Amino acid sequence: MHVLVDNAGTFAHGLYVTLQLCLLAGIGALVIGTVLAAMRISPVPPLRWLGTAYVTVVRNTPLTIVFFVAAFALPQIGVGADFLKIPLLEQVFVRLGTDLPFFRLAVVALAVYTAAFVCEALRAGVNAVQPGQAEAGRSLGLTFLQNLRLIVLPQAGQATAVPLGSVIIAMIKNSALAGIFGVAGDLMQTSDDLSSLGQATVPIFIGVSVGYLILTVPLGLLLDHVERRQAVSR
Amino acid sequence: MAEPLVALTGVNKFFGDLHVLKEIDLGIDRGEVVVVIGPSGSGKSTLCRAINRLEPIQSGEITIDGRRLPEEGKALAQLRSEVGMVFQSFNLFAHKTVLENVTLGPIKVRGEKPAAARARAMELLDRVGVANQAEKLPAQLSGGQQQRVAIARALAMQPKVMLFDEPTSALDPEMVNEVLDVMTSLAREGMTMVVVTHEMGFARKAANRVVFMADGQIVEQSDPDSFFDNPQSDRAKDFLSKILTH
Repeated sequence: MHVLVDNAGTFAHGLYVTLQLCLLAGIGALVIGTVLAAMRISPVPPLRWLGTAYVTVVRNTPLTIVFFVAAFALPQIGVGADFLKIPLLEQVFVRLGTDLPFFRLAVVALAVYTAAFVCEALRAGVNAVQPGQAEAGRSLGLTFLQNLRLIVLPQAGQATAVPLGSVIIAMIKNSALAGIFGVAGDLMQTSDDLSSLGQATVPIFIGVSVGYLILTVPLGLLLDHVERRQAVSR
Repeated sequence: MAEPLVALTGVNKFFGDLHVLKEIDLGIDRGEVVVVIGPSGSGKSTLCRAINRLEPIQSGEITIDGRRLPEEGKALAQLRSEVGMVFQSFNLFAHKTVLENVTLGPIKVRGEKPAAARARAMELLDRVGVANQAEKLPAQLSGGQQQRVAIARALAMQPKVMLFDEPTSALDPEMVNEVLDVMTSLAREGMTMVVVTHEMGFARKAANRVVFMADGQIVEQSDPDSFFDNPQSDRAKDFLSKILTH
Protein backbone atom coordinates (compact mmCIF):
# COMPACT_ATOMS: atom_id res chain seq x y z
CA MET A 1 0.00 0.00 0.00
CA HIS A 2 3.02 2.30 0.22
CA VAL A 3 2.33 3.35 -3.35
CA LEU A 4 -0.57 5.40 -1.96
CA VAL A 5 1.57 7.07 0.67
CA ASP A 6 4.44 7.71 -1.69
CA ASN A 7 2.18 9.25 -4.30
CA ALA A 8 -0.23 11.04 -1.98
CA GLY A 9 0.54 14.32 -3.71
CA THR A 10 -0.32 12.89 -7.11
CA PHE A 11 -3.60 11.51 -5.80
CA ALA A 12 -4.47 14.78 -4.15
CA HIS A 13 -3.83 16.61 -7.39
CA GLY A 14 -5.96 14.09 -9.30
CA LEU A 15 -8.75 14.61 -6.81
CA TYR A 16 -8.46 18.35 -7.28
CA VAL A 17 -8.70 18.12 -11.08
CA THR A 18 -11.71 15.80 -10.85
CA LEU A 19 -13.35 18.15 -8.38
CA GLN A 20 -12.91 21.05 -10.80
CA LEU A 21 -14.27 19.03 -13.69
CA CYS A 22 -17.31 17.99 -11.66
CA LEU A 23 -18.02 21.48 -10.34
CA LEU A 24 -18.02 23.01 -13.81
CA ALA A 25 -19.93 20.16 -15.44
CA GLY A 26 -22.40 20.11 -12.56
CA ILE A 27 -23.17 23.80 -12.90
CA GLY A 28 -23.51 23.40 -16.67
CA ALA A 29 -25.79 20.38 -16.28
CA LEU A 30 -28.03 22.18 -13.79
CA VAL A 31 -28.38 25.22 -16.04
CA ILE A 32 -29.02 23.25 -19.24
CA GLY A 33 -31.24 20.77 -17.40
CA THR A 34 -33.39 23.54 -15.91
CA VAL A 35 -33.88 25.13 -19.33
CA LEU A 36 -34.78 21.72 -20.77
CA ALA A 37 -37.26 21.05 -17.97
CA ALA A 38 -38.88 24.46 -18.47
CA MET A 39 -39.18 23.63 -22.17
CA ARG A 40 -40.72 20.25 -21.50
CA ILE A 41 -43.46 21.62 -19.20
CA SER A 42 -44.07 24.81 -21.18
CA PRO A 43 -47.41 25.33 -22.90
CA VAL A 44 -45.62 25.92 -26.25
CA PRO A 45 -45.60 22.65 -28.29
CA PRO A 46 -42.40 23.26 -30.36
CA LEU A 47 -40.44 23.91 -27.16
CA ARG A 48 -41.86 20.74 -25.65
CA TRP A 49 -40.86 18.72 -28.72
CA LEU A 50 -37.34 20.14 -28.71
CA GLY A 51 -36.86 19.36 -25.03
CA THR A 52 -38.25 15.85 -25.45
CA ALA A 53 -36.03 15.19 -28.47
CA TYR A 54 -32.93 16.29 -26.54
CA VAL A 55 -33.70 14.09 -23.58
CA THR A 56 -34.57 11.10 -25.77
CA VAL A 57 -31.39 11.31 -27.83
CA VAL A 58 -28.90 12.16 -25.10
CA ARG A 59 -30.29 9.94 -22.38
CA ASN A 60 -30.22 6.94 -24.70
CA THR A 61 -26.66 7.49 -25.93
CA PRO A 62 -23.88 5.71 -24.01
CA LEU A 63 -21.70 8.23 -22.20
CA THR A 64 -18.62 6.73 -23.85
CA ILE A 65 -19.98 7.76 -27.24
CA VAL A 66 -20.76 11.25 -25.99
CA PHE A 67 -17.16 11.54 -24.78
CA PHE A 68 -15.90 10.05 -28.02
CA VAL A 69 -17.73 12.72 -30.03
CA ALA A 70 -16.55 15.47 -27.70
CA ALA A 71 -12.91 14.39 -27.60
CA PHE A 72 -12.37 13.35 -31.21
CA ALA A 73 -15.14 14.59 -33.48
CA LEU A 74 -15.44 18.13 -32.16
CA PRO A 75 -11.72 18.99 -32.51
CA GLN A 76 -11.87 17.59 -36.08
CA ILE A 77 -14.38 20.25 -37.02
CA GLY A 78 -12.42 22.86 -35.17
CA VAL A 79 -14.50 23.09 -32.00
CA GLY A 80 -12.43 23.48 -28.86
CA ALA A 81 -15.23 24.72 -26.59
CA ASP A 82 -13.42 28.06 -26.43
CA PHE A 83 -16.58 29.71 -25.08
CA LEU A 84 -15.59 28.22 -21.71
CA LYS A 85 -12.51 30.46 -21.57
CA ILE A 86 -14.42 32.87 -19.38
CA PRO A 87 -11.98 35.48 -17.96
CA LEU A 88 -12.61 35.19 -14.22
CA LEU A 89 -13.49 31.50 -14.32
CA GLU A 90 -10.20 30.86 -16.08
CA GLN A 91 -8.30 32.25 -13.09
CA VAL A 92 -9.95 29.80 -10.73
CA PHE A 93 -10.08 26.78 -13.02
CA VAL A 94 -6.68 27.03 -14.69
CA ARG A 95 -7.32 24.09 -17.00
CA LEU A 96 -10.02 26.00 -18.84
CA GLY A 97 -7.38 28.25 -20.32
CA THR A 98 -4.87 25.64 -21.52
CA ASP A 99 -4.53 25.12 -25.23
CA LEU A 100 -5.17 21.41 -24.93
CA PRO A 101 -8.96 21.56 -25.19
CA PHE A 102 -9.67 18.17 -23.56
CA PHE A 103 -10.60 19.58 -20.19
CA ARG A 104 -13.12 21.97 -21.72
CA LEU A 105 -14.49 19.28 -24.00
CA ALA A 106 -14.85 16.90 -21.07
CA VAL A 107 -16.81 19.58 -19.19
CA VAL A 108 -19.08 19.97 -22.22
CA ALA A 109 -19.56 16.21 -22.69
CA LEU A 110 -20.35 15.65 -19.03
CA ALA A 111 -22.68 18.66 -18.78
CA VAL A 112 -24.56 17.87 -21.98
CA TYR A 113 -25.03 14.25 -20.96
CA THR A 114 -26.01 14.92 -17.33
CA ALA A 115 -28.41 17.72 -18.32
CA ALA A 116 -30.85 15.18 -19.74
CA PHE A 117 -31.04 13.43 -16.36
CA VAL A 118 -31.25 16.72 -14.46
CA CYS A 119 -34.19 17.69 -16.66
CA GLU A 120 -36.06 14.50 -15.85
CA ALA A 121 -35.36 14.78 -12.11
CA LEU A 122 -36.75 18.33 -12.13
CA ARG A 123 -39.78 17.30 -14.13
CA ALA A 124 -40.50 14.45 -11.74
CA GLY A 125 -40.40 17.01 -8.94
CA VAL A 126 -42.90 19.31 -10.63
CA ASN A 127 -45.23 16.36 -11.25
CA ALA A 128 -44.96 15.37 -7.60
CA VAL A 129 -46.50 18.65 -6.43
CA GLN A 130 -50.17 18.04 -5.70
CA PRO A 131 -52.42 19.63 -8.33
CA GLY A 132 -54.42 21.20 -5.50
CA GLN A 133 -51.46 23.47 -4.68
CA ALA A 134 -51.50 25.06 -8.11
CA GLU A 135 -55.31 25.25 -8.01
CA ALA A 136 -55.19 27.10 -4.71
CA GLY A 137 -52.65 29.51 -6.21
CA ARG A 138 -54.83 30.11 -9.23
CA SER A 139 -57.90 30.68 -7.06
CA LEU A 140 -56.04 33.41 -5.19
CA GLY A 141 -55.42 35.17 -8.49
CA LEU A 142 -51.76 34.30 -9.01
CA THR A 143 -50.68 34.40 -12.66
CA PHE A 144 -49.16 31.31 -14.32
CA LEU A 145 -45.59 32.48 -13.73
CA GLN A 146 -46.24 33.64 -10.15
CA ASN A 147 -47.83 30.30 -9.39
CA LEU A 148 -44.84 28.47 -10.84
CA ARG A 149 -42.32 30.63 -9.00
CA LEU A 150 -44.03 30.96 -5.61
CA ILE A 151 -45.95 27.73 -5.21
CA VAL A 152 -44.99 24.93 -7.60
CA LEU A 153 -41.22 25.22 -8.09
CA PRO A 154 -40.27 25.64 -4.40
CA GLN A 155 -42.17 22.45 -3.62
CA ALA A 156 -40.83 20.71 -6.72
CA GLY A 157 -37.38 21.64 -5.43
CA GLN A 158 -38.01 19.69 -2.24
CA ALA A 159 -39.18 16.63 -4.14
CA THR A 160 -36.32 17.00 -6.60
CA ALA A 161 -33.40 17.25 -4.16
CA VAL A 162 -32.90 13.52 -3.63
CA PRO A 163 -33.19 12.29 -7.27
CA LEU A 164 -31.14 15.29 -8.38
CA GLY A 165 -28.44 14.37 -5.87
CA SER A 166 -28.31 10.85 -7.30
CA VAL A 167 -27.86 12.31 -10.78
CA ILE A 168 -24.94 14.43 -9.56
CA ILE A 169 -23.33 11.49 -7.76
CA ALA A 170 -23.61 9.45 -10.95
CA MET A 171 -22.02 12.35 -12.81
CA ILE A 172 -19.05 12.46 -10.45
CA LYS A 173 -18.38 8.79 -11.08
CA ASN A 174 -18.99 9.21 -14.80
CA SER A 175 -16.30 11.87 -14.84
CA ALA A 176 -13.79 9.02 -14.59
CA LEU A 177 -14.25 8.59 -18.33
CA ALA A 178 -12.65 11.98 -18.88
CA GLY A 179 -9.27 10.58 -17.86
CA ILE A 180 -9.59 7.83 -20.45
CA PHE A 181 -10.36 10.42 -23.11
CA GLY A 182 -7.29 12.50 -22.51
CA VAL A 183 -7.88 14.80 -19.56
CA ALA A 184 -4.43 14.61 -18.04
CA GLY A 185 -4.12 14.46 -14.28
CA ASP A 186 -7.64 13.67 -13.14
CA LEU A 187 -8.15 10.96 -10.57
CA MET A 188 -8.73 8.17 -13.05
CA GLN A 189 -5.88 9.09 -15.33
CA THR A 190 -3.57 9.33 -12.33
CA SER A 191 -4.12 5.64 -11.72
CA ASP A 192 -3.28 4.84 -15.35
CA ASP A 193 -0.06 6.77 -15.04
CA LEU A 194 0.99 5.08 -11.87
CA SER A 195 0.18 1.55 -13.01
CA SER A 196 2.01 2.05 -16.28
CA LEU A 197 5.05 2.91 -14.16
CA GLY A 198 4.86 -0.64 -12.90
CA GLN A 199 3.32 0.06 -9.51
CA ALA A 200 1.00 -2.47 -7.88
CA THR A 201 -2.40 -2.04 -9.54
CA VAL A 202 -4.77 -3.05 -6.76
CA PRO A 203 -3.69 -0.45 -4.19
CA ILE A 204 -3.81 2.21 -6.88
CA PHE A 205 -7.39 1.42 -7.73
CA ILE A 206 -8.28 1.33 -4.06
CA GLY A 207 -6.77 4.79 -3.80
CA VAL A 208 -8.75 6.04 -6.78
CA SER A 209 -11.98 4.58 -5.40
CA VAL A 210 -11.35 6.28 -2.06
CA GLY A 211 -10.88 9.51 -4.02
CA TYR A 212 -14.31 9.21 -5.60
CA LEU A 213 -15.82 8.25 -2.25
CA ILE A 214 -14.40 11.47 -0.77
CA LEU A 215 -16.44 13.35 -3.37
CA THR A 216 -19.64 11.32 -3.30
CA VAL A 217 -20.16 10.23 0.31
CA PRO A 218 -20.53 13.76 1.75
CA LEU A 219 -23.05 14.48 -1.01
CA GLY A 220 -25.00 11.37 -0.05
CA LEU A 221 -25.01 12.42 3.62
CA LEU A 222 -26.23 15.87 2.64
CA LEU A 223 -29.08 14.26 0.70
CA ASP A 224 -30.08 12.14 3.69
CA HIS A 225 -30.18 15.31 5.74
CA VAL A 226 -32.37 17.07 3.15
CA GLU A 227 -34.68 14.05 3.07
CA ARG A 228 -35.10 14.10 6.85
CA ARG A 229 -35.95 17.79 6.77
CA GLN A 230 -38.54 17.15 4.06
CA ALA A 231 -40.16 14.47 6.17
CA VAL A 232 -40.75 17.07 8.89
CA SER A 233 -42.31 19.67 6.63
CA ARG A 234 -44.91 17.30 5.15
CA MET B 1 -84.61 43.50 -9.44
CA ALA B 2 -80.84 44.03 -9.36
CA GLU B 3 -78.78 41.70 -11.49
CA PRO B 4 -77.33 38.73 -9.63
CA LEU B 5 -73.71 38.82 -8.43
CA VAL B 6 -73.01 35.44 -10.00
CA ALA B 7 -74.99 34.38 -13.04
CA LEU B 8 -74.74 31.12 -14.94
CA THR B 9 -76.66 30.94 -18.22
CA GLY B 10 -77.02 27.80 -20.31
CA VAL B 11 -73.80 26.30 -18.95
CA ASN B 12 -72.69 22.96 -20.41
CA LYS B 13 -69.63 20.98 -19.39
CA PHE B 14 -68.33 17.67 -20.64
CA PHE B 15 -65.63 15.34 -19.34
CA GLY B 16 -64.95 13.50 -22.60
CA ASP B 17 -68.32 12.01 -23.50
CA LEU B 18 -69.72 12.53 -20.03
CA HIS B 19 -72.16 15.45 -19.89
CA VAL B 20 -71.57 16.67 -16.33
CA LEU B 21 -73.37 20.03 -16.43
CA LYS B 22 -76.51 20.26 -18.55
CA GLU B 23 -77.87 23.67 -19.46
CA ILE B 24 -77.39 25.12 -15.99
CA ASP B 25 -79.11 28.42 -15.27
CA LEU B 26 -78.43 29.84 -11.82
CA GLY B 27 -78.29 33.31 -10.34
CA ILE B 28 -76.84 34.16 -6.95
CA ASP B 29 -77.72 37.49 -5.42
CA ARG B 30 -75.51 39.68 -3.29
CA GLY B 31 -75.47 38.44 0.28
CA GLU B 32 -77.24 35.24 -0.61
CA VAL B 33 -76.14 31.88 0.76
CA VAL B 34 -76.82 29.10 -1.71
CA VAL B 35 -76.24 25.52 -0.61
CA VAL B 36 -75.85 22.99 -3.40
CA ILE B 37 -76.66 19.41 -2.48
CA GLY B 38 -77.16 16.20 -4.38
CA PRO B 39 -75.84 12.68 -4.78
CA SER B 40 -72.18 12.20 -5.67
CA GLY B 41 -71.53 12.49 -9.38
CA SER B 42 -74.40 14.96 -9.75
CA GLY B 43 -72.05 17.70 -10.92
CA LYS B 44 -72.30 19.92 -7.86
CA SER B 45 -68.53 20.18 -7.28
CA THR B 46 -67.96 20.82 -10.97
CA LEU B 47 -70.55 23.59 -10.85
CA CYS B 48 -68.74 25.20 -7.93
CA ARG B 49 -65.35 24.93 -9.66
CA ALA B 50 -66.72 26.28 -12.92
CA ILE B 51 -67.61 29.58 -11.22
CA ASN B 52 -63.93 30.57 -11.01
CA ARG B 53 -62.99 28.56 -14.08
CA LEU B 54 -60.95 25.89 -12.36
CA GLU B 55 -63.10 23.84 -14.71
CA PRO B 56 -63.51 25.38 -18.16
CA ILE B 57 -66.98 25.05 -19.63
CA GLN B 58 -67.83 24.11 -23.20
CA SER B 59 -70.80 26.41 -23.73
CA GLY B 60 -72.91 28.94 -21.91
CA GLU B 61 -71.92 32.04 -20.00
CA ILE B 62 -70.80 32.79 -16.47
CA THR B 63 -70.66 36.36 -15.22
CA ILE B 64 -69.45 37.69 -11.90
CA ASP B 65 -70.55 41.16 -10.89
CA GLY B 66 -71.69 41.78 -14.47
CA ARG B 67 -68.37 40.77 -16.03
CA ARG B 68 -68.03 37.71 -18.22
CA LEU B 69 -65.48 35.21 -16.94
CA PRO B 70 -62.34 35.71 -19.09
CA GLU B 71 -60.86 32.66 -20.81
CA GLU B 72 -57.23 33.00 -19.78
CA GLY B 73 -54.39 35.16 -18.59
CA LYS B 74 -54.19 38.19 -16.34
CA ALA B 75 -57.88 39.12 -16.66
CA LEU B 76 -58.89 35.69 -15.39
CA ALA B 77 -56.36 35.87 -12.54
CA GLN B 78 -57.72 39.28 -11.59
CA LEU B 79 -61.30 38.03 -11.52
CA ARG B 80 -60.34 34.93 -9.55
CA SER B 81 -58.76 37.16 -6.92
CA GLU B 82 -62.26 38.45 -6.18
CA VAL B 83 -63.69 34.96 -5.74
CA GLY B 84 -62.66 33.07 -2.59
CA MET B 85 -62.34 29.32 -2.86
CA VAL B 86 -62.25 26.73 -0.10
CA PHE B 87 -61.37 23.18 -1.14
CA GLN B 88 -62.30 19.81 0.27
CA SER B 89 -58.62 18.98 0.76
CA PHE B 90 -57.70 22.43 2.19
CA ASN B 91 -54.80 22.89 -0.26
CA LEU B 92 -52.84 25.15 2.05
CA PHE B 93 -49.41 25.91 0.58
CA ALA B 94 -47.38 23.16 2.21
CA HIS B 95 -44.06 25.01 2.19
CA LYS B 96 -45.39 28.22 3.76
CA THR B 97 -46.39 28.98 7.32
CA VAL B 98 -50.00 29.57 8.24
CA LEU B 99 -49.41 33.32 8.31
CA GLU B 100 -47.61 33.28 4.95
CA ASN B 101 -50.50 31.32 3.47
CA VAL B 102 -52.86 34.11 4.43
CA THR B 103 -50.61 37.02 3.42
CA LEU B 104 -49.40 35.63 0.09
CA GLY B 105 -52.42 36.69 -1.94
CA PRO B 106 -52.72 40.23 -0.58
CA ILE B 107 -48.97 40.85 -1.03
CA LYS B 108 -48.36 39.18 -4.39
CA VAL B 109 -51.70 39.74 -6.11
CA ARG B 110 -52.89 42.99 -4.55
CA GLY B 111 -49.46 44.48 -3.91
CA GLU B 112 -50.28 45.30 -0.28
CA LYS B 113 -47.51 46.25 2.14
CA PRO B 114 -46.34 43.15 4.06
CA ALA B 115 -46.89 44.78 7.45
CA ALA B 116 -50.47 45.73 6.65
CA ALA B 117 -51.17 42.32 5.13
CA ARG B 118 -49.76 40.59 8.21
CA ALA B 119 -51.84 42.69 10.56
CA ARG B 120 -55.04 41.88 8.70
CA ALA B 121 -54.06 38.23 8.39
CA MET B 122 -53.61 38.03 12.16
CA GLU B 123 -57.08 39.53 12.66
CA LEU B 124 -58.54 36.93 10.31
CA LEU B 125 -56.64 34.08 11.96
CA ASP B 126 -57.85 35.32 15.30
CA ARG B 127 -61.38 35.40 14.01
CA VAL B 128 -61.25 31.77 12.83
CA GLY B 129 -59.56 30.84 16.10
CA VAL B 130 -56.08 29.78 14.96
CA ALA B 131 -54.04 32.93 15.62
CA ASN B 132 -51.81 30.98 18.01
CA GLN B 133 -50.77 28.66 15.15
CA ALA B 134 -49.62 31.46 12.83
CA GLU B 135 -45.97 30.42 12.66
CA LYS B 136 -46.59 26.70 12.13
CA LEU B 137 -46.57 24.81 8.87
CA PRO B 138 -49.93 23.50 7.63
CA ALA B 139 -48.94 19.86 8.21
CA GLN B 140 -48.59 20.58 11.93
CA LEU B 141 -52.27 21.55 12.22
CA SER B 142 -55.37 19.40 12.52
CA GLY B 143 -57.72 19.14 9.54
CA GLY B 144 -60.25 21.47 11.13
CA GLN B 145 -57.57 24.06 11.88
CA GLN B 146 -56.21 23.80 8.34
CA GLN B 147 -59.63 24.35 6.84
CA ARG B 148 -60.20 27.40 9.03
CA VAL B 149 -56.85 28.79 7.85
CA ALA B 150 -57.98 28.12 4.28
CA ILE B 151 -61.10 30.18 4.94
CA ALA B 152 -58.98 32.99 6.39
CA ARG B 153 -56.70 32.81 3.33
CA ALA B 154 -59.67 33.25 1.02
CA LEU B 155 -61.15 36.06 3.16
CA ALA B 156 -57.83 37.94 3.11
CA MET B 157 -58.51 38.78 -0.53
CA GLN B 158 -61.77 40.47 0.51
CA PRO B 159 -63.71 38.47 -2.07
CA LYS B 160 -67.11 39.38 -3.45
CA VAL B 161 -68.22 35.78 -3.20
CA MET B 162 -66.94 32.68 -1.42
CA LEU B 163 -67.09 29.21 -2.96
CA PHE B 164 -66.95 26.18 -0.67
CA ASP B 165 -66.37 22.83 -2.37
CA GLU B 166 -67.34 20.20 0.23
CA PRO B 167 -65.34 21.98 2.94
CA THR B 168 -66.06 19.43 5.68
CA SER B 169 -65.99 16.16 3.72
CA ALA B 170 -62.34 15.41 4.47
CA LEU B 171 -62.61 16.22 8.18
CA ASP B 172 -62.86 13.94 11.18
CA PRO B 173 -66.39 14.19 12.58
CA GLU B 174 -65.38 16.07 15.71
CA MET B 175 -63.83 18.84 13.61
CA VAL B 176 -66.77 19.46 11.31
CA ASN B 177 -68.55 21.85 13.63
CA GLU B 178 -65.63 24.20 14.21
CA VAL B 179 -65.53 24.80 10.43
CA LEU B 180 -69.29 25.05 10.05
CA ASP B 181 -69.40 27.60 12.89
CA VAL B 182 -67.01 29.86 11.00
CA MET B 183 -69.07 29.46 7.85
CA THR B 184 -72.33 30.17 9.67
CA SER B 185 -70.96 33.37 11.14
CA LEU B 186 -69.75 34.42 7.69
CA ALA B 187 -73.22 33.82 6.32
CA ARG B 188 -74.75 35.89 9.11
CA GLU B 189 -72.47 38.79 8.24
CA GLY B 190 -73.86 38.89 4.74
CA MET B 191 -71.11 37.19 2.71
CA THR B 192 -72.30 35.86 -0.62
CA MET B 193 -71.65 32.13 -0.50
CA VAL B 194 -71.99 29.07 -2.68
CA VAL B 195 -71.59 25.97 -0.56
CA VAL B 196 -71.43 22.43 -1.89
CA THR B 197 -71.95 20.20 1.12
CA HIS B 198 -73.53 17.14 2.64
CA GLU B 199 -74.16 18.98 5.91
CA MET B 200 -77.94 19.24 5.96
CA GLY B 201 -77.90 20.93 9.36
CA PHE B 202 -75.81 23.76 7.93
CA ALA B 203 -78.14 24.01 4.93
CA ARG B 204 -81.18 24.36 7.18
CA LYS B 205 -79.53 26.84 9.50
CA ALA B 206 -77.53 29.10 7.20
CA ALA B 207 -78.85 28.80 3.65
CA ASN B 208 -81.19 31.23 1.97
CA ARG B 209 -81.74 28.77 -0.81
CA VAL B 210 -81.09 25.10 -1.41
CA VAL B 211 -80.25 23.94 -4.91
CA PHE B 212 -80.71 20.22 -5.47
CA MET B 213 -78.71 18.71 -8.33
CA ALA B 214 -78.83 15.28 -9.92
CA ASP B 215 -77.29 13.97 -13.13
CA GLY B 216 -75.80 17.33 -14.07
CA GLN B 217 -79.07 19.22 -13.79
CA ILE B 218 -80.70 21.46 -11.23
CA VAL B 219 -83.71 19.38 -10.27
CA GLU B 220 -85.29 21.77 -7.81
CA GLN B 221 -84.48 24.77 -5.67
CA SER B 222 -86.28 26.52 -2.86
CA ASP B 223 -85.81 27.89 0.65
CA PRO B 224 -84.43 25.26 3.04
CA ASP B 225 -87.59 24.71 5.05
CA SER B 226 -89.74 24.00 2.00
CA PHE B 227 -87.04 21.84 0.47
CA PHE B 228 -86.43 19.65 3.51
CA ASP B 229 -90.05 19.48 4.71
CA ASN B 230 -91.77 19.34 1.38
CA PRO B 231 -89.53 18.30 -1.52
CA GLN B 232 -91.29 18.38 -4.88
CA SER B 233 -89.32 16.01 -7.13
CA ASP B 234 -89.06 12.24 -6.72
CA ARG B 235 -85.32 12.53 -7.04
CA ALA B 236 -85.10 14.89 -4.08
CA LYS B 237 -87.55 12.83 -1.98
CA ASP B 238 -85.48 9.72 -2.67
CA PHE B 239 -82.21 11.53 -1.82
CA LEU B 240 -83.57 13.01 1.42
CA SER B 241 -85.09 9.71 2.53
CA LYS B 242 -81.67 8.12 2.22
CA ILE B 243 -79.77 10.69 4.24
CA LEU B 244 -82.28 11.84 6.83
CA THR B 245 -83.51 8.52 8.17
CA HIS B 246 -80.58 7.96 10.49
